[in-house]
Amino acid sequence: MSEPLIEIRELHKIYRVGKVDVPALRGVDLEVPAGEFLAIVGPSGSGKSTLFHIIGGLTPPSAGSVRIGGQDISSLTDAGRTSLRKDKVGFVFQKFNLLPNLTAGDNIAIARHIAGREQKPEPEFEEVLKLLGISNRLDHKPAALSGGEQQRVAMARAIVNHPAILLADEPTGNLDSENSTAVLEVMRDLNRRLGQTILMITHNPEAAAFGHRTVRMRDGRIVLSDQVHENLL
Amino acid sequence: MIAKLVLENLKHKPMRSLLSVFLIAVPVTLILCLVGLSHGMLEDSARRMRGIGADIIVRPPGTSVLTLSGAPIPEKMLSVLQQQSHVALAVGMMVHPITSVTYVTGLDLHSFNQISGGFKYLEGGPFRGPDDAIIDQYYARQNRLHAGDRINGMLNRSWHVSGVVESGKLTRVAVPIRTLQDLTGNTGKISQLFIKADAPANIPTVLAELKQLLPDYNIYTMEEFTSLFTVDTVQGGALRNFIDVMIAIGVVIGFAVVLLSMYMAVLQRTREIGILKALGASRWFILKIILAEAAVLGIGGAIVGIALSFAARALIQALYPASLTQAVTPEWWPIAAGISLVGVLLGALYPGLSAARLDPIEALAYE
Repeated sequence: MSEPLIEIRELHKIYRVGKVDVPALRGVDLEVPAGEFLAIVGPSGSGKSTLFHIIGGLTPPSAGSVRIGGQDISSLTDAGRTSLRKDKVGFVFQKFNLLPNLTAGDNIAIARHIAGREQKPEPEFEEVLKLLGISNRLDHKPAALSGGEQQRVAMARAIVNHPAILLADEPTGNLDSENSTAVLEVMRDLNRRLGQTILMITHNPEAAAFGHRTVRMRDGRIVLSDQVHENLL
Repeated sequence: MIAKLVLENLKHKPMRSLLSVFLIAVPVTLILCLVGLSHGMLEDSARRMRGIGADIIVRPPGTSVLTLSGAPIPEKMLSVLQQQSHVALAVGMMVHPITSVTYVTGLDLHSFNQISGGFKYLEGGPFRGPDDAIIDQYYARQNRLHAGDRINGMLNRSWHVSGVVESGKLTRVAVPIRTLQDLTGNTGKISQLFIKADAPANIPTVLAELKQLLPDYNIYTMEEFTSLFTVDTVQGGALRNFIDVMIAIGVVIGFAVVLLSMYMAVLQRTREIGILKALGASRWFILKIILAEAAVLGIGGAIVGIALSFAARALIQALYPASLTQAVTPEWWPIAAGISLVGVLLGALYPGLSAARLDPIEALAYE
């Protein structure tokens, strides 16, 4: 493995709910090398999504440091976090989160537009679309696509700008087992063929097994790390 | 790409979009109708004044451009003016209101024919008795009258329509001047005088002499008088103020409609805004989408508003051809469209800024 792409030290996040401070992260340390497919598991409320939101620049941490590719993102302004989301991170959500009024192709195109890349994706991206199995579904709106197809479109959208990190928050949570396996295999292929760094939240141990490594979170801390899967070997 | 997203968003909720466009169109139509009616009625009055064929008009002291009160001028003044040098003809008329926008004019048909060249009769002919009335084609159409019919109730009397004439000469309803004078208690009095000079070159001389002779009277050349028929001069500028108030109301309506419409749209699309933010969309990008959507609604509203003003004009012409004349005012189209755009963009600003400030995590969690 190469230098860590993500370095997290003593990360804390406290949410203010009414007049009560609710700690979501209580000192997380984590290193993720470039090219790793990392699974994060843990019960609801363990801080997995909060960790994702901070790495993805959706919210700032309360304390601690997060370095991505050497850049400390913990003190970024709102505009700085917007740039981070635009340039370095791609999201895949449990509920797919495609824009319902745009076709699959336009959902991908708008991600390029927001990133300031007006031109069509590189020719190699055609291969990615084939790998995802959605080349012939790009003219359809999300309502006309199956859950599995929607999730694969969301994946194409997430990686169209070549982000350093793909953050997948329960990507198979709304899919049946067949589509879940298809989506996970695509993610593994993306990781293997393109070297895409992937962090995936999941409740499903079988899904977690698709990653190189699993970390377990509980009560805002990482309680078990470096559970290396055979597929890495 | 933004244009595509905006259009798809508008297409996604067609009823909301169409209703917004219609509601934005209403003040545009109101403004264009109001301005069109103001211009149309003033131009019509000016045209009918010019149709008399006089060179100079003499009006009593204290009258405004469009209104006359009673008949304060002694009729014998006509013979005095007739004696002035270079005056070829002096004709007196009496004017009396029958509705807020329609007047009946008392005429001596012989002298009126001399100065104006006479009415062009479409039906019937001149007065034959004291209770006869001549009406123009628009008054006839509005009231479904023909030569030989009776007009009941005008000045508490029944009138016989002796003729229907082509519009464009002074009045829509004319009756014999003696009858009108006696009916209104103005025997021997007239409302205004029209003068024809013996040659166009002598008009300034006649005008100067009349002003010297009647210093308190309002005396104008017809060209000068009809040029005063503008929205800025009517009622000391009150019409202009009224139009300004209507424009302000138009802006407020456009503002309120779009504020509500876009506020609803932002609420409905909270999750989509969260998605765009997760993709790296800046606050300005989100605001641009909302403003662009409002601008499309505003432009659509302006176009529909202009189209509806034509429909309103056709309706007015069909129902009230004599009372109301609406001009087509293309010079006001960009003004009305601009007013609507200002209203909708102001209305979209608050929902747009709210959307731009949304927290992406909360927006993504919105159900």
